[in-house]
Amino acid sequence: MYDFNFLKPTSVADAVAALIDEDAQPLSGGQTLIPAMKARLNAPGTLVSLTGIPELVGVCCAGDTLVIGAATTHAQVARDAAGYFPGLAALAGQIGDPAVRNRGTIGGSLANNDPSACYPAAALGTGATIVTDRREIAADDFFQGMFTTALENGEIITSVRFPIPQASAYAKFVQPASRFALTAAFVARYASGVRVAITGASENGVFRWAEAEAALSSDFSAEAISGLSASAHEMIADLHGTAAYRAHLVGVMTRRAVTAAG
Amino acid sequence: MHKLTMVVNGQQMTAEIEARTLLSGFLRDRLGLTGTHIGCDTSQCGACMVLVNGQAVKACSVLAADLDGVEVTTIEGMANPDGSLGHIQQAFQDCHGLQCGFCTPGMVMSTAALLAENPKPTEDEVRHSLEGNICRCTGYQNIVRAVMAASGQDQGTKATAHV
Repeated sequence: MYDFNFLKPTSVADAVAALIDEDAQPLSGGQTLIPAMKARLNAPGTLVSLTGIPELVGVCCAGDTLVIGAATTHAQVARDAAGYFPGLAALAGQIGDPAVRNRGTIGGSLANNDPSACYPAAALGTGATIVTDRREIAADDFFQGMFTTALENGEIITSVRFPIPQASAYAKFVQPASRFALTAAFVARYASGVRVAITGASENGVFRWAEAEAALSSDFSAEAISGLSASAHEMIADLHGTAAYRAHLVGVMTRRAVTAAG
Repeated sequence: MHKLTMVVNGQQMTAEIEARTLLSGFLRDRLGLTGTHIGCDTSQCGACMVLVNGQAVKACSVLAADLDGVEVTTIEGMANPDGSLGHIQQAFQDCHGLQCGFCTPGMVMSTAALLAENPKPTEDEVRHSLEGNICRCTGYQNIVRAVMAASGQDQGTKATAHV
């Protein structure tokens, strides 16, 4: 990979100041960015590591909200969120493999918005709030298509606030080589209704399945959505699965998630 | 250039490195610790697995400059002080948990991380913990047996190999 300047600030303020440079990019766990740089798909002039900022790390429960620092690794979420929000902890424990979970972070995953990543499904499926160095962004506004988010240049996620659901589960059909989701569903039940978010399927990235949400809000059971099928329109088609196959998996994985959530 | 301080296999060292230096390259090219293998170099195969502060990390996917101050353990740190095989390495040999052996350093390091956290894993837990390590020879059966044996749960399953 091409060489670059490397900075490792110890505060959010210093990180934001370093990222004013247009040729600078934030580096979190690096499990996507470093392979991309090695392949010369990305060549920032400066990398600003976010892994040396204590205020960005940690899992904290405040009433009915779980707050996770942006630089918290998947492994830590899998461990520390289990007692508060088991559906989220289980999702974190299925990301990649142990080594990826030891480095990869929630903030990095959300900022990258890979169309097959796991965390976007949890954020959108809970209606989480993405907190940045300068504002708060609702998950419904944050994800704006494949690898695209509402983040501005130089803006970094500092934490994510998840409303803890009454019941939730993540059902993931693993693409075994990449360990990303071929298609996966996150289902969360609240007093106000049910949310369903699908990852891995759409060319537009993570999305909510409105028909399933409506059906599940009145009857939270796999049977309630047995007659629903997602449209194959704009679904991802590649050597791992056709658009129709992924559309079929949307229904299958959503039903499995509902059953697992109980 | 960045100044780097690390404890590698128990030995304190300092070096000046380029920002783009990967941990895998640093270990192999600067320290001569070539037991950390570079297989795919795309963070798929896990042959470059090492422990960073006790946690399994793929050394090809992390910048050395981002690891200032950490402790690293490589396969060279897994032998006993007298140079004989450590108990995980010995279990891999006993159970024939390797054929060509290229992936083995990574397998041993992932096993060390697993057993430190979970000394008596189930077979399912072993397989889950090795999801980041690819072996193209063995079919994994004897690797799983080796990990179970290393955890003291060999259940008479070792030495099933044909020699």
